Amino acid sequence: MTTTAPTREPALSARATLFRFATAGSVDDGKSTLVGRLLHDSKAILADTLDAVTRTSTERGFGGAGGGIDFALLTDGLRAEREQGITIDVAYRYFATDRRTFILADCPGHVQYTRNMVTGATTADAVVVLIDGRKGVLEQTRRHLSVLQLLRVPHVIVAVNKIDLLGFDEGAFAGVAAQVDDLTAELGLANVHIIPVSALEGDNVVDRSPRTPWYSGPSLIELLEALPATDEVEAEVEEFRLPVQLVIRPQGAVVVPEEDAEDYRDYRAYAGQIASGTVRVGDTVTVSPGGASTVVTGIDFAGATLEEAVAPQSVALRLRDDLDLARGAVIAAGGTLPEPSREVTASLFWLDPRPLLPGARVLVKSGTATVQALVTSIAGRRNLDTLALEPTERLEVNDIGTASLRLASALPLEPFAVNRRAGAFLVISPSDGGTLAAGTVLTPHSDADPLKG
Amino acid sequence: MSAASEAPALAPAGALAPARGHGLSQLDVLESEAIHIIREVVAEFERPVLLFSGGKDSVVVLHLASKAFWPARVPFSLLHVDTGHNFPEVLAFRDATAERLGVRLAVASVQDYIDDGRLLERADGTRNPLQTLPLLDAVAAGRHDAVFGGARRDEDKARAKERILSLRDEFGQWDPRNQRPELWNLYNGRHTVGQHVRVFPISNWTELDVWRYIEREGIELPPLYYAHDREVFARDGMWRAVTPVSLPAPDETVETRRVRYRTVGDMSCTGAVESDAASVAAVVREVTQSTLTERGATRADDRISEAAMEDRKRDGYF
Repeated sequence: MTTTAPTREPALSARATLFRFATAGSVDDGKSTLVGRLLHDSKAILADTLDAVTRTSTERGFGGAGGGIDFALLTDGLRAEREQGITIDVAYRYFATDRRTFILADCPGHVQYTRNMVTGATTADAVVVLIDGRKGVLEQTRRHLSVLQLLRVPHVIVAVNKIDLLGFDEGAFAGVAAQVDDLTAELGLANVHIIPVSALEGDNVVDRSPRTPWYSGPSLIELLEALPATDEVEAEVEEFRLPVQLVIRPQGAVVVPEEDAEDYRDYRAYAGQIASGTVRVGDTVTVSPGGASTVVTGIDFAGATLEEAVAPQSVALRLRDDLDLARGAVIAAGGTLPEPSREVTASLFWLDPRPLLPGARVLVKSGTATVQALVTSIAGRRNLDTLALEPTERLEVNDIGTASLRLASALPLEPFAVNRRAGAFLVISPSDGGTLAAGTVLTPHSDADPLKG
Repeated sequence: MSAASEAPALAPAGALAPARGHGLSQLDVLESEAIHIIREVVAEFERPVLLFSGGKDSVVVLHLASKAFWPARVPFSLLHVDTGHNFPEVLAFRDATAERLGVRLAVASVQDYIDDGRLLERADGTRNPLQTLPLLDAVAAGRHDAVFGGARRDEDKARAKERILSLRDEFGQWDPRNQRPELWNLYNGRHTVGQHVRVFPISNWTELDVWRYIEREGIELPPLYYAHDREVFARDGMWRAVTPVSLPAPDETVETRRVRYRTVGDMSCTGAVESDAASVAAVVREVTQSTLTERGATRADDRISEAAMEDRKRDGYF
């Protein structure tokens, strides 16, 4: 163990940005070692970045004989904790470099990978998929990458691990990388980064390794520090959407100073978290249901008045017109909201042990709206090996299928490929309230354009 | 195309800066996430309640709630399970805070349960395990279907696995093997009769985030979070305050030390740490550095850290 306490204060300013990522891969791929390595070494970065850069050139990883740190003990400790009973679920871990704070969703390498990955990956800005460099792309890799493609995880990092056991051979790495390239091309998966690493010895995890001179890209942590977070990207490219959570109407019971209370007698604002895009005071907005247009007259945040707000800020909007909006409504950039749909074709990631059969009655939660729904048909189940949609009578746990649903009330759904927030929904059991599936909209069918089959 | 050439051309590490689209800081993002969670629960549940001890984490959750509904009042009440071993200055702070915000506070008293025989004092004197029954009774009596708490995932390994909305059965039990999937930011609070949901809006905050937020927002805390002189004695690698429920053994020496509390639980089991951090800024600095030293420092430090973590977990009643 390191015996000297680092004295350099990390540059953890209150302005540091947040990045969420998940890890995927079977235990044999070295995922636990990689997680331990990241957690351990990232704190070494905090201790002294300059020293870390220097150390890279002189040390061959902390696990080496001369490293002096019992690295296996760290990961074994984490695993022992799991073995005591809580081995089946995502664990969230927190660490920081001096550039970013990370939330790591550590998805255990488990047979029920789909269920775990869906839970861990839906909130991830990036997913790190481990491959054992000696084995190359396996069936499990195909499944992982298929799920990530369907969930539109913004960044996928394939860490080709155990490069030390391949003798740091460029050709061996290139062979695996070519397999990955073929697969990602087949899947249409963009923004895939491939890094040769040794989680055990630390090569290209935090520091760029001198033992892979043929690799000119960033280390894993450098990449994680540099990739834009989902919200940072989507606030720029996606249209403004705010699902209304509740209406703030104090009706006299206000917390403002008494002399100001009269100003808030008729206060009414629509509270919610901006799902995508940017809103400014004076913007024309369209609301659903109803489709009326109005103008944003104020953006309030706990006593502060903002000129503009972006996803994922939680704000309260004041509107020019009294539109009687309630929870479940959506406020959107003027003229950008699609026609509300009652019929929708969607991908379903089935998460419940009880299978889905055609004709099932469920609840659908999209944004802040929850409506009854009927599963009218199941078009098929995706074969994750061939990627083809195969006909099926039912969806079982961990299946990814395509189904059609009819909603009791029309919702302004959008294809998941266009807007992640407006295209994602939960399928909920009306009997016990359990979450049955993660849904992503493929095609919303507007009432004006009725579904044909 | 080779993987190496596909990777982005990045400058040397020292010149890298994360892409900044929206300019929101990590605290901004965590704050908005917590407010979103609090609003969802208030919108979807009938009778939420916040477990409020006057400790820093529950104070932060209450602060977030007051921002979430401004300019309206916080639309739920507070509940504290008082073990009878709480620090008097924390109880005074608890009451003053509830009064200031105009929020109703209910107190479930472990002492009452001991006095009338519903609970038995434990041989070891600790009352933390005794809190569960008064808590569940209070949740049932208040017909609370959602219970907010200030627990965080960085506190320990079990909490690291818990959902933000955590379904509990009528015994308040958490079933880690059968957790409801939690997808995107779509929280599912549906439950059946007898069940309730524990809600942890600051799940994703670390101790450092909490302190930096307290600093940024100017949030008031009980004074014992900051360095002060106190009569203490050493036990189990911690500085224990001399109080009616934590008295030194004959071989334990009482001395006056400059200390502060990292967590605030029962006087009978919460240890203080030696500290000169008398201001929020000084505590932020100290927490930053102690995060770094926790792993590599002396065994005594490790012990303090582990015990404090355990205390905190107990402090959250979970």
